[in-house]
Amino acid sequence: MSTDTTPGAPSPLDEPALDAAVQQALTALAAAATLDDLRAAKVAHTGDKSPLALANRQIGGLEPADKAVAGRLVGPRRGRVAKAVAARQVELEADRDERVLVEESVDVTLPTDRRPAGARHPLETLQEQVSDFFVAMGWEIAEGPEVEAEWFNFDALNFGPDHPARQMQDTFFVEGDRAGQAEALAGLVLRTHTSPVQARTLLERDLPVYVACPGKVFRTDELDATHTPVFHQVEGLAVDKGLTMAHLKGTLDHFARAMFGDQARTRLRPSFFPFTEPSAEMDLWFPQKKGGAGWIEWGGCGMVNPNVLRAAGIDPDEYSGFAFGMGIERTLMLRHGIADMHDMVEGDVRFSTQFGMGI
Amino acid sequence: MPHVVLDWLAEHVELPAGLTAEQLAADLVRVGLEEEQVHAAAVTGPLVVGRVLELVAEPQKNGKTINWCQVDVGAHNLPSDDGSGAPGTPRGIVCGAHNFGVGDLVVVALPGTVLPGPFAIAARKTYGHVSDGMICSTTELGLGEESDGIVVLGRDLLAGEADDVVPGQDAVALLGLGDETLEINVTPDRGYCFSYRGVAREYAHSTGARFSDRGLAAAEGAEPADGVRVPGATPDGFPVTVHDDAPVRGVVGCDRFVTRVVRGIDPAAASPAWMQRRLTQAGMRPLSLTVDVTNYVMLDLGQPLHAYDLARVAEPVVVRRARPGERLTTLDGVDRTLDAEDLLITDSPDTPDAPDAADGSRILGLAGVMGGASSEVTATTTDVLVEAAHFDPVTVARTARRHKLPSEAAKRFERGVDPRLPGVAAQRVVDLLVELGGGTADDAVSDLDRVPAPEPILLRVGEAERLVGVAYPEARVRELLETVGCTVADTPAIGVVSVLPPSWRPDLTGPAELVEEIARLDGYDAIPSTLPPAPAGRGLTRAQRLRRSVARGLAEAGFVQTLSYPFVDPAQHDALGLPADDVRRHALRLANPLAADRPEMRTDLLTTVLDTVRRNVGRGTEDVAVFEIGLVTLPAPGAPAAPQLPGAQRPSDDDLARLAAAVPDQPRRVAGVATGRREPRGWWGPGRGADWSDALAAARLVADRVGVEVVVRADAQHAPWHPGRCARLSLADGTLVGHAGELHPKVLETLGLPARSVAFEVDLDVLLGAVPDEAFMASEVSTFPHAKEDLALVVDADVPAQSVRDALVAGAGDLLEDVRLFDVFTGEQVGEGKKSLAFALRLRGADRTLTAEDVVRVRDAAVAAAAERTGATLRA
Repeated sequence: MSTDTTPGAPSPLDEPALDAAVQQALTALAAAATLDDLRAAKVAHTGDKSPLALANRQIGGLEPADKAVAGRLVGPRRGRVAKAVAARQVELEADRDERVLVEESVDVTLPTDRRPAGARHPLETLQEQVSDFFVAMGWEIAEGPEVEAEWFNFDALNFGPDHPARQMQDTFFVEGDRAGQAEALAGLVLRTHTSPVQARTLLERDLPVYVACPGKVFRTDELDATHTPVFHQVEGLAVDKGLTMAHLKGTLDHFARAMFGDQARTRLRPSFFPFTEPSAEMDLWFPQKKGGAGWIEWGGCGMVNPNVLRAAGIDPDEYSGFAFGMGIERTLMLRHGIADMHDMVEGDVRFSTQFGMGI
Repeated sequence: MPHVVLDWLAEHVELPAGLTAEQLAADLVRVGLEEEQVHAAAVTGPLVVGRVLELVAEPQKNGKTINWCQVDVGAHNLPSDDGSGAPGTPRGIVCGAHNFGVGDLVVVALPGTVLPGPFAIAARKTYGHVSDGMICSTTELGLGEESDGIVVLGRDLLAGEADDVVPGQDAVALLGLGDETLEINVTPDRGYCFSYRGVAREYAHSTGARFSDRGLAAAEGAEPADGVRVPGATPDGFPVTVHDDAPVRGVVGCDRFVTRVVRGIDPAAASPAWMQRRLTQAGMRPLSLTVDVTNYVMLDLGQPLHAYDLARVAEPVVVRRARPGERLTTLDGVDRTLDAEDLLITDSPDTPDAPDAADGSRILGLAGVMGGASSEVTATTTDVLVEAAHFDPVTVARTARRHKLPSEAAKRFERGVDPRLPGVAAQRVVDLLVELGGGTADDAVSDLDRVPAPEPILLRVGEAERLVGVAYPEARVRELLETVGCTVADTPAIGVVSVLPPSWRPDLTGPAELVEEIARLDGYDAIPSTLPPAPAGRGLTRAQRLRRSVARGLAEAGFVQTLSYPFVDPAQHDALGLPADDVRRHALRLANPLAADRPEMRTDLLTTVLDTVRRNVGRGTEDVAVFEIGLVTLPAPGAPAAPQLPGAQRPSDDDLARLAAAVPDQPRRVAGVATGRREPRGWWGPGRGADWSDALAAARLVADRVGVEVVVRADAQHAPWHPGRCARLSLADGTLVGHAGELHPKVLETLGLPARSVAFEVDLDVLLGAVPDEAFMASEVSTFPHAKEDLALVVDADVPAQSVRDALVAGAGDLLEDVRLFDVFTGEQVGEGKKSLAFALRLRGADRTLTAEDVVRVRDAAVAAAAERTGATLRA
């Protein structure tokens, strides 16, 4: 085995020369400002031609006694340099990454509405919210036609043909079919309330019945700030054994809190509806009332009139029930400070869009 | 609705000192009389009586003549010039009217007065004077619609009663202009509350205040304080007969008819100021003593009354139905053709022209609605016949509606008047005419009384607790019912009482009505609030859940939900280019549409959704994408009318079927329109305009949300869509689901909508009906590696892409996991009349890694199928 030495390479036994090579390497690594500089310094100080690599290579040619000494001198020094390279590499990469991320920064205040924004109509989402409330109480949601037989809209609900209350509701009547009917009228109306669904429900479903019926209703009122000929109501109907006005009141209080918050409460005062007896108007305590907190009318309610039960073939001595109804528009207006009915009915997308996907 | 004034109410019930209209409203609402409005005092400030001392007429350049008046207003005169400070100098006031003179007592609004309007009075310079107030007319005081010039006290108001009136006196109190009035809303079951008698009773129910019923007749031999002494019928009373040969629903039109005669009334006597004031406050116009008295007693007790000129009524009076062709000129001067159902008051003149005329040949009036002109009390009438009757509410209601005469009398009769009241009310009228008109009452009285005895109601004592949830002891039940005026008696059955409602409460017809009385008198506030036990509900139905999902899906896809009225103008069918025989033209028509030009109910949603889009575009929104979910009405041609059936009993199954058959089909639809950009422009690019595929994508989204597969085919013949850009969506069995695509350019032009607007309409009920009942079965997800294969196929330009895709799917078989059309290309390279369709196929085995041979085999099979079915060739 030859013991030739490479010119310029320190002897593996020359400790000061090895230390000097290490020092040179560390200086060069520290001086490397970029990853490219580092690559060059790495080649120069750890590559095959680097002083320490060359010194290492000479170890093989030493006397066996010297080999161990040289190995102890060269190995740790090469390790130090390699570690320094790795450390510098991490530093420089971090510097570079930081710089690139800065260069890639964007203006995050740019608009991001790249997809068109849709929206639900708040009257629809409110009806869903109301439905969810009743479903959560174990009730079901019933539906019925908007063009309705007069019998369901009036007679089944104890509005006799000459009952003054039948005149109270400004009703849209339907013309008879010219081909099929001799009569001028078809015996149909646009339902004036959601109450005909009560009659349908009682005829169609098995007892007990606990249903809410949200839906569209019609009255011959011209559109103005507080009236619209087409609007929405939600009707509640419960018929079971042992139901009382106390249950009606409990349900209404619970509903009011769900719609208007924990502070909400209701008040009943005597009134008249043909399809309930006893009947009541329901007032809601409204802290945001114009001119100071106070009661405002929210809906009508009462115990189902025995004649309504009889019209569905139900024995009023065995079963009792309660019913109530309130306007969806009114509820929405109260809750969201909507002053003018026009906004709710005209279909301007700017109105629905304010509410987004829900309320 | 009735107006309530406190001092009048106080004649029936004890009122606490200082009671305000607002507090009265709060008290009444507790028992069910709702406040309509509190009418504030009409006049505030120094409105005083003045005497005209000097009047100088001064012609003006504008041709008018004004009066420069010096008016003595007593304590309100200006301080004297003598330095004493005592009021002495009259006020100078300019007045433009001329119907008064020196010495007249007038009403003066001094500076600081606020008259109805509101109209604040201040001293102001006019016509060269400082006018220190205003001399008032009836209109300015809010006492009448038409002004007859300046009010002169003792002549126009307070006729014959102005002797004690002195200058400076407060005219607000004098004329009753300072009273607040409460207007209440009376529900149809509380007819008796159209009177002070009724309102006072309800006030007593609410507050416990002492109430004296001035509508009760004193019992035989009772003290006058216990009620009004009403004389019984005498044999020589004015003859009255009732001949009702056509009772409405079996009820004879008149069951009570009381007449009284008062003679020698001074025709010049006017009603006293207090009565005129009260009538005015109730919204009625003082007319003459006799008419005012009948109106006053009606307001007070609730009994409609009529006074005839005795000289112009020939006995006997006959109450009967009208005969064909009969006519009547009513008091309002309208000549009316009568209906056979109208109930009439007639008399029986024996004229030389018709000596044998039957009784009841001359019509005096419409019973309970309005009198006729011929027997009206006039300025020369001295002897009157007073009518106090009770008529069938239904008969009166129908006549009032038929002739559009919602008179004060009709309002009361149709809601129910106390049939025991006529004798008392007639006595009050007689007393007032004697007292105020100097008349003399005849002893002769007629009283036709066929009022049926009221039926007692059997009430279980526990019924109120069963329905209300409050444990009312039996004694309380009895007490409350007796307070209302019922007579409660025991029955042989334990726990059941027999209740006889009072004559003024015809609405109390069964136990439920009695329960309401118990509950409202005890107070609704006493009812506890208890949630009922939760029922075993099943949640939303599948259809309800899926409908919500559709709405949410469309909104999330950028469509805005809107609502529109379902009323349509038939001309809109033309604007949409519907063919003459299109079923959508067969619409349900309203008999009384709100807008005469929109009498139809919509047969599709798109028509009214397009209205919505036009409104939005018109308001400057350029990019509009809207949808609506709602019902359309599809009447069956020749459908029968719905049967008229009675209430309170279950219709037979046949009748229910007839009702069902008459109600038209009303499927729920979803329709949407997009116009302008579908994707917005921004820093990312120019955006993208809506095109046919957006409409189709929305329609498909609806089907996806419901979970039903739809088949899409071109439809070149469906208005209002573009014949080349319209897709028909159907179920696998061919059932129509809807249409989607670009709207016809002509339609868009007609509607004034932007070109290239797109639309869809889908029948949600058809889709919901197609949802399979069985739960969807999931396929296993394979984790073996996949293979990708792209294919470019050239076909004839008119081959639908869907056909090529279907062929590839069929040819590729089970190993095909997904296929996607990623490019459509036309141009020279593929040749004239051809197009290239590029598909990306993804293949995967369920149980193994695919080999190269598998991939080639699948690919070849797919291409072969496409070639066979669509003539496709692989693009070189």
